[in-house]
Amino acid sequence: MAASRTFRVLPGFGLSLGYTLAWLSLIVLIPLVAVFVKAGSLGLDHFLAAVSSPRVIASYKLTFGASLIAALINTFFGLMLAWALVRYSFPGKRLVDALVDLPFALPTAVAGIALTALYAKNGWVGKLLEPLGIQVAFTPLGVLVALVFIGLPFVVRTVQPILEDLDTEYEEAAVSLGANRWQAFRYVVFPTVLPALMTGFAMAFARAVGEYGSVIFIAGNIPMVSEITPLMIITKLEQYDYAGATAIAVVMLLISFVLLLVINGLQAWTAKRTGRER
Amino acid sequence: MSGAAAVLHGVGDQAGRFESKAATREPKLVKWAILGTSLTFFAIFLLLPLVAVFVEAFRKGWEVYISALIDADAISAIKLTLIAAAISVPLNLFFGVAAAWSITKFEFRGKHLLITLIDLPFSVSPVVSGLIYILVFGAQGWFGPWLAEHDLKVVFAVPGIVLATIFVTFPFVARELIPLMEAQGKDEEEAAVVLGAKGWQTFWYVTLPNVKWGLLYGVILCNARAMGEFGAVSVVSGHIRGMTNTMPLHVEILYNEYQFAAAFAVASLLALLALVTLVIKTWVEHQAGKANQLSEE
Repeated sequence: MAASRTFRVLPGFGLSLGYTLAWLSLIVLIPLVAVFVKAGSLGLDHFLAAVSSPRVIASYKLTFGASLIAALINTFFGLMLAWALVRYSFPGKRLVDALVDLPFALPTAVAGIALTALYAKNGWVGKLLEPLGIQVAFTPLGVLVALVFIGLPFVVRTVQPILEDLDTEYEEAAVSLGANRWQAFRYVVFPTVLPALMTGFAMAFARAVGEYGSVIFIAGNIPMVSEITPLMIITKLEQYDYAGATAIAVVMLLISFVLLLVINGLQAWTAKRTGRER
Repeated sequence: MSGAAAVLHGVGDQAGRFESKAATREPKLVKWAILGTSLTFFAIFLLLPLVAVFVEAFRKGWEVYISALIDADAISAIKLTLIAAAISVPLNLFFGVAAAWSITKFEFRGKHLLITLIDLPFSVSPVVSGLIYILVFGAQGWFGPWLAEHDLKVVFAVPGIVLATIFVTFPFVARELIPLMEAQGKDEEEAAVVLGAKGWQTFWYVTLPNVKWGLLYGVILCNARAMGEFGAVSVVSGHIRGMTNTMPLHVEILYNEYQFAAAFAVASLLALLALVTLVIKTWVEHQAGKANQLSEE
């Protein structure tokens, strides 16, 4: 397309772009800038003290550790589920396919209390785990369960369309050249879905890091043990420590920006590898 | 969710394509292992929580269930949730259309940056999304003193809840429309204008019919999130019962007061909303798939 074209046939460029930029600035950009301005007024010492107190450090470890493990679990089972949905016919398949998006549609607070009821000592799953000495609700393990729940659709929905578009010819060629089924998967199918799989992983991870609603009910929120970083912001706000809350928010925002860039890069890689439009 | 536009193109069950050929078929044992493992995982992590909501809601019988829903605080929470969605969804719909029109029908510098910025709210933690409005409109915020002088309340009041809801649902419509309208190109619109159509006629009769399914898809996802948002709204609401509580916040309050049956009763309404959303979404995908197939033939 000619970027240098000055004559525009279609109307409404100034109006629609002007409105877009104004609304974007008003709702998103200006309030986000407020966080950095407020944090800038803190002074470096105060800022560093707020973001590196032992309780906050413990929350980073839990948030990032649990998000990483949850995203890995989702990558493994998400690929398997996407594979089953694309490659096999089975009864109830359409229902399963539709329900994969449940974590996108179900309010996080509802997911939170449902998971807590399931994994509490007298819950359906908790009852089974109790004799084994495994306690999920109100421990870091509970945080992990909630993060697995909310992250699953990201992996399935990024990998599924790539698997659907994959022509059978490549695997047939691999087999005719003497590859067994595992080799055909490992060397032909897997490299094709890898960028999408990594995109799904990064998206699930990014979502998990910021997640609040589904986690706080099941986490138990014990200081130094099962407090997540978003909860630390809430705790500071409840103590009217706006400066402290803002400092932690800046750390979380910077991490979100980095993850956003990584995801954009991965999506570009996916598009290049598969020849698909993003 | 970026796969949504791609999913819109998917049609029907194509598993036979793979299962009919020896080269793309696993041994039976492997197939059953994959199916068994993935479906068990699905059942434990997705199906079970959904079932638990409804079982817990009816644990103490219909009477407790109904009385939890007709409680005055519950009704006011339902009303506030509907109001917040009724304001934020149309505003984001309007924004999404304007943004998609400017981005896909014209060339200008910084387009990719603009798309990334529109997507930004999805990457921000809900808690931070609420906090930013406290910093702008709160008592010690930029506009706090001015608002107090004029006796206006944004934070810990309904306007704050609406603002936070708009923020978290900001990209939904735009990110569905942009790839769709990009793929459509602008030849049809240009033809319409050359033939004498006015701007709004071009949009209404040429652009809209082409993107209606994507638009609907974005709107229902936007609505589900608007009604279900918890973290961001929780930060700005102030939790005033009967005043600034939305349905998800009401669920939290009931739960923390150990009124479990009542909490799950209100939660079951939200779960129902989620199920309706998924049904409409599946239907829209089906319609879009059919339309896509027709246009390819």
